Amino acid sequence: MKTIGKYFIFLGQLFVRRETFSTYFHLVMEECIQIGINSIFLVALVATFMGAVTTVQTAYNLVSPLIPNYIIATVVRDMTILELAPTIIGIIYAGKVGSSMAGGLGTMRITEQIDALEVMGINSASYLVLPKIIASLLMYPMLVILAGVLSILGGAMAGTVTGIITPADYKYGIQYIFVEYMVEFALIKSYVFAFLIASISSFKGYYTTGGALEVGKASTRAVTDSIIAILIADYLLAEMLLTS
Amino acid sequence: MIEINNINKSFESKQILMDINGTFEKGIPNLIIGSSGTGKSVLLKCIVGLILPDTGTVNYDGREFTHASRTLKTEIRREIGMLFQGSALFDSKNVEQNVMFPLDVLTKIPLDEKLDRVNFCLKRVGLENTNKLMPSELSGGMQKRVGIARAIVNNSNYLFCDEPNSGLDPQTAILIDELIQEITVEFDITTIVVTHDMNSVMGIGEKIMFMYKGRKLWEGNKKDITHSGVPELDDFVFANKVMKSLKKQ
Repeated sequence: MKTIGKYFIFLGQLFVRRETFSTYFHLVMEECIQIGINSIFLVALVATFMGAVTTVQTAYNLVSPLIPNYIIATVVRDMTILELAPTIIGIIYAGKVGSSMAGGLGTMRITEQIDALEVMGINSASYLVLPKIIASLLMYPMLVILAGVLSILGGAMAGTVTGIITPADYKYGIQYIFVEYMVEFALIKSYVFAFLIASISSFKGYYTTGGALEVGKASTRAVTDSIIAILIADYLLAEMLLTS
Repeated sequence: MIEINNINKSFESKQILMDINGTFEKGIPNLIIGSSGTGKSVLLKCIVGLILPDTGTVNYDGREFTHASRTLKTEIRREIGMLFQGSALFDSKNVEQNVMFPLDVLTKIPLDEKLDRVNFCLKRVGLENTNKLMPSELSGGMQKRVGIARAIVNNSNYLFCDEPNSGLDPQTAILIDELIQEITVEFDITTIVVTHDMNSVMGIGEKIMFMYKGRKLWEGNKKDITHSGVPELDDFVFANKVMKSLKKQ
């Protein structure tokens, strides 16, 4: 409970004694490159294979001749948009970006770089963490959209190359009973996950004490805590937004 | 001038600082000395506001800092430059960006003026033409100099140095001490140096505060330190063989 309280106080600190807009603008742009652009390759790779594997495994499970082939594409689409793109990519993102955020801030803490900012009269939490959260909120939904598209394309590739499904059936399947709300739901999830990953990882890094060993531990805790938070939020959002 | 009154600080049940009083004067290096674990760095952090003391006040030229409003605190902090034990340079920024950082964040002066000021400060610490080097490419002594340049770039009125020559060879340590003294006199600023290095004490100790187990035991200057009559200070001063042999002579 104490840690949760400290986390909310930390979040409150981000919005007091802020620097100028131009300062944040430059920092946010740097972070967007650092955490967004540099994650594209990994996200693309994971998403493409995720779609391919989902297609093959769905086909393997749909053995009934009464179920048409295009349902494979419909299943891939729904799984990708509802769960795989926002959540699995969230876990990948927590591993790559979250650990880097916690490690970076932890190193700054133990080498007194954060103290140096404070001595200059700069709100270090706001200066260092707010741009990371804003950049995460800007970039993560884009990564999720990219992952969704590539996953569906990966599924199409795997399906047609292996002969599981024809391109025409796949195209029909991904358009079949399409509910636009699923995309909205995926985007809501992506914003929530982006905030959780960036804020929890920064929190863990910002309050690191000790030496190099503790920085490593903070990075690990940042990833595990972010993943736990993602899974809890995933369930709560599904409960709140998908059940009527 | 900086004045501290009745500073007390405990961490959990352990009292680290006990009723520390003192003044730190402008234009001369003020040293806080003592063995490791005596609370020197905690006192320095209380003075700069990185740690809030349990009781007591810190005054910067008559301005009460410890319980000041956020605005006044920020205003005072912007007059402070600090050299950290490990230099605390920003790893992702080169020398020029590190030194320019306080100007970038705290001022709105044009870029060419900022560059002039950065180059002036780098020249002053003897590091011309190192603008584009990264901190990882610098030696320990060079990192300290960049730290000093960053601390004075914003025309600071107060300079704090936490163990400025830790990890440096004796010659470089003396150069850093001399640089701190020269800058203090040249810019007429209030400088506080926390150290346990006797070379620094004998070199630049114009005003010295000796701390022992969280208390201030003695105050004086480098001329008086060898005959203070305080046994704990004598143990500290004459701890090494060179000083012991000097005492015998």
